[in-house]
Amino acid sequence: MARATEFMRVTDLHAFYGESHILHGLDFVVNKGECITLLGRNGAGRSTTLRAILGLTGRRTGSIMINGREAIALAPHRIARLGVGFCPEERGIYSSLSCEENLLLLPQLGSGGMSLDEIYEMFPNLYERRHSQGTRLSGGEQQMLAMARILRTGARLLLLDEISEGLAPVIVQRLGQIIRQLKEKGFTILLVEQNFRFAAPLADRMYIVEHGQIVSEIHQHELQEKHYLLQEYLGV
Amino acid sequence: MTDIFGVPVPALMGQLMLGLVNGSFYAILSLGLAVIFGMLNIINFAHGALFMMGAFVAWMGLNYLGIGYWWSLLLAPVVVGLFGIVIERGLLRWLYQLDHLYGLLLTFGLALIIEGLFRYRFGVSGQPYAIPEQLGGALNLGFMFLPVYRGWVIAASLAACFFTWFMIEKTRLGAYLRAATENPKLTQAFGINVPLMVMLTYGFGAALAAFAGVLAAPALQVSPLMGSNVIIVVFAVVVIGGMGSILGAIVTGLGLGVVEGLSKVFYPEVSSTVVFIIMAIVLLFRPAGLFGKEK
Repeated sequence: MARATEFMRVTDLHAFYGESHILHGLDFVVNKGECITLLGRNGAGRSTTLRAILGLTGRRTGSIMINGREAIALAPHRIARLGVGFCPEERGIYSSLSCEENLLLLPQLGSGGMSLDEIYEMFPNLYERRHSQGTRLSGGEQQMLAMARILRTGARLLLLDEISEGLAPVIVQRLGQIIRQLKEKGFTILLVEQNFRFAAPLADRMYIVEHGQIVSEIHQHELQEKHYLLQEYLGV
Repeated sequence: MTDIFGVPVPALMGQLMLGLVNGSFYAILSLGLAVIFGMLNIINFAHGALFMMGAFVAWMGLNYLGIGYWWSLLLAPVVVGLFGIVIERGLLRWLYQLDHLYGLLLTFGLALIIEGLFRYRFGVSGQPYAIPEQLGGALNLGFMFLPVYRGWVIAASLAACFFTWFMIEKTRLGAYLRAATENPKLTQAFGINVPLMVMLTYGFGAALAAFAGVLAAPALQVSPLMGSNVIIVVFAVVVIGGMGSILGAIVTGLGLGVVEGLSKVFYPEVSSTVVFIIMAIVLLFRPAGLFGKEK
């Protein structure tokens, strides 16, 4: 029964960059429609987890089941086609393309992606800046663009890496609203965050990552009673 | 007869046309080099050998199989393009993680092997390849006689350059290519089959070189050395134009062909070095090339 609602199950995931062993056997589950946050200190392996899911690290072992398909041995473009959208930490806006070209570049991965109109409704700034060169956008606009472009593709699982990093509080607030809207639209979201105050109210469940392993799982309703864990691992 | 700086106009125009013909070859070849370098990060020293192979495929097609010029213009790029794909899949793809130097050394070695094999089979003296009937003769333009074949080479080269530019700048495939050139890993993570595009890019670059080779077959002699004769100048063209700029490769290729041609009229002693003198000057003032962006 639980299987039916599972979008992704990661089992004993190890990942390497060259000789260095970064992930040491992660296990976690993301259910359909959930917003999951990976919390942890810098260098704990959270971003590497997202990159390993997409096959962007070096060697990886273990199992990554996405929508019932084993993805551990697939090439990155095949993993994306299982319905995975990625918003990288460095945002990855193509400098040689305009804002709208960036939006339109990504290929369709599945049906049910948002239309350009819907996207501009959600991100009105991008409509105003649609003809600007990608790198002329402000940090906040680039972040919006990096998120917006994966919504068009029909990806149902969004991997969002440190989207609140380095942005003004008012924009972080706006991103929070957008995440809520995306949840209402049925997207499944895996969020990597350092900003606990941003992530905590959004997440259905949180996993704490330490030394490339999951050390704890906290449900939204356990936030109060497990606060000591957050203090212990994150110092918040 | 009118003179310009003491040179009769027909002689001047003749050298100008020859310069444009050479410039057309430079443009197509440096375009292929620039596209390959952008996507694969490999300085393709084998480009001259692929150019030579194109000419030889046309020559062998004619002499062994009776395949004429027009079919060769189509078939030689396909044959050499497939050869390029085999090279990419079999050899080059193991080098992408390494320094540029390894790609340069490997393709340099390949060029020597390919050239050696053709020298072993055909010797170093050139083989003649007749100009196709439809393109023979010359047109009287009033101020000069234009050999039809030269006009055709220039027109066909410009068409090939325009086709390449259009594919890269104006099509969806080209947008993927530009995205993959800028950030290959992320582009693949968005669901685009980047390894396939890399393979096709090298195949296309090889096909473009072969196309130039077939165009060159009647204009120059078909010889195993024709590639290495031209490739050094082409590398200078790429350096002057700036790596990774399509328009830069085309404009610089044609422009330097013309400069080379005119120098043969006004100061023949410098004609074989003028390109390298310009290269040195450009490198002094614009190290990234005339059309390149500083990193």
